[in-house]
Amino acid sequence: MTTLIEPTVELRKTKPKQGLVHGLFTNTKAMVGATILLIFIALALLAPFLFPGDPSRITDMASLEPSPEHWLGTTAKGQDVLALTVHGSRSSLLVGLTVGFASTFVGILVGLASAYFGKFIDESLSLITNVFLLLPGLPLLVILAAFLPPGLGTVIVVLIITGWAGSARVLRSQALSIRSKDFVAAAVVSGERAGRIMFREILPNMASIVMGTLLGCVIYGIGAQAGLEFLGLGDTSTVSWGNNLFWAGNEGALLTGSWWVFVPSGLCIALVAFALSLINYAVDEVTNPRLRKIKAPKSAAVVVPATAATTPERSVTK
Amino acid sequence: MRFILRRLGFYLIAFWASITLNFLLPRFMPGDPVSRMFARTQGKMQPEQLDALRKLLGVDDRPIWEQYVDYLHNIVTGNMGISISRFPTPVTEVIAGQIGWTLLLGGTALVIAAVLGNLLGILAAWRRGGTIDSALPPILIFIGSFPYFWLAMGALYLFGVILGWAPLRHAFSDGLEPGFSWEFISDVGAHLVLPALTIVLVSVGGWMLGMRNTMIATNSEDYITMAEAKGLRPGRIMFRYAARNAMLPSVTSFGMSLGFVVGGAMLTEVVFAYPGVGYQLLTAVQGLDYPLMQGLFLTITAAVLIANFLVDILYVRLDPRVRSN
Repeated sequence: MTTLIEPTVELRKTKPKQGLVHGLFTNTKAMVGATILLIFIALALLAPFLFPGDPSRITDMASLEPSPEHWLGTTAKGQDVLALTVHGSRSSLLVGLTVGFASTFVGILVGLASAYFGKFIDESLSLITNVFLLLPGLPLLVILAAFLPPGLGTVIVVLIITGWAGSARVLRSQALSIRSKDFVAAAVVSGERAGRIMFREILPNMASIVMGTLLGCVIYGIGAQAGLEFLGLGDTSTVSWGNNLFWAGNEGALLTGSWWVFVPSGLCIALVAFALSLINYAVDEVTNPRLRKIKAPKSAAVVVPATAATTPERSVTK
Repeated sequence: MRFILRRLGFYLIAFWASITLNFLLPRFMPGDPVSRMFARTQGKMQPEQLDALRKLLGVDDRPIWEQYVDYLHNIVTGNMGISISRFPTPVTEVIAGQIGWTLLLGGTALVIAAVLGNLLGILAAWRRGGTIDSALPPILIFIGSFPYFWLAMGALYLFGVILGWAPLRHAFSDGLEPGFSWEFISDVGAHLVLPALTIVLVSVGGWMLGMRNTMIATNSEDYITMAEAKGLRPGRIMFRYAARNAMLPSVTSFGMSLGFVVGGAMLTEVVFAYPGVGYQLLTAVQGLDYPLMQGLFLTITAAVLIANFLVDILYVRLDPRVRSN
């Protein structure tokens, strides 16, 4: 029985994956995004060598404009803005990636379990997911951060609590459609264990959706961390982009005209988020033939075959 | 009808979950909020204030289920306790004074962003590969990548501090008497422009791309080809045939965004010192005003749930498939 099924599963497993990787490497959006991202990761790793010492040390060279010595000027406390920004990438990327991976992981677990077991488990997991989706994110973040002791760990935990539900919902609906495929039924009949079917049979077939979700979660993590820290609810003693902006606001950087304190950290967040969205849209383009470029603008209606539209599916999941 | 009842049940469960979360958080978190607050106010709190707070935050010695029943009863009867930072004003009164501003700011921004974004999306999908379709999305994605508060602060600096075109803070000028006079309304409008504009700027891209992608799927439906074959005017096909059917996901996101109106404008409100519930929530957190914090969270949640329920009802009108099952 199993020998009959394995080859088809192998085919399904490898073919779309190769297509995805190949498609991404030939996609300009994906390559631009990946380049920006790699530069930031390199900066984060090299920060202690580029700017040795504590970047938040207070000196007497306060509020200097950008100059050859301090490329991006200094803050009101005499800290070098460039050093703060480069060091800030460490915490911001770390939190963003941790939150992204962790909430995608929770999303995968919940989504797969819902789709595979169905019935009561699906009902209750979906209910929990939908409740978390509906609870307003930022206020919940603020409330949680207010009650929990401040620290980087708290920020990560709080962001995971508020961030997993979105990915769980997307992954569930995708897993549900794969669950109904014949090869999954065959695997069930041949007596494979539930865990193996979920992670070895279903999961590899939704690689592109998982990747899109992961990217979205990382963007969410970086942005939400910055927002939380900007409100002064993070750990204000660590150096991160959000905290840099919090201190910039606190020291009245904009009101005194020190725009150079304020611009770099925000620009970095935007660049990372933009890079991640570029990769995300590239994944969409590669995997969804409808979104690929079409030469003549009006011929869309004729060229693309009419299949099930996305609308009914959405209204069902809602 | 069954659909509506099912949704109503779901929203009640969601509301119950948020009440329970509110109940459990102060009771299971490390540290004692009451003593934290007592230390903060340096013993200036009245004994009855302390007592009321202990009761609200569950630092009394009664069994937990008894406290829970009590708490539920208080919420249902609209008794959310007394604000500490604004003693002795009840929490409900503080919130009532502020929710209007949030609805005004968030609602204005949401309606403008949704209408503009959907229109742009429709046009982009209709003229696939045209100017709107190829130039706007990358720009809007890039703008949407910026942190919300960062753009808002930048706009405030540029238009408020340097150019002096927009007021710096609050919802209306000091010394103006609120009322239905032309002077007051125009002043409120002037204070509204910049905060609303920043929200529109970052959110319009999402609306446009969402609409564009559904509309592309709809454009390939047979009935569009049929309509073209019948020789209908392109404008009629675009709006009455394609866009009308592609609107449904946008309606769903509109419901989701209504929640964003009450809770999500928080950062904007903080930057512009706009006196809405988000701004108040942050002040409550900073001042360790736990009753007000909890009351605000419940109000925001309730607003989100009600908004979503209204959209569900609308959905039944719009989508016959929902009615049939």
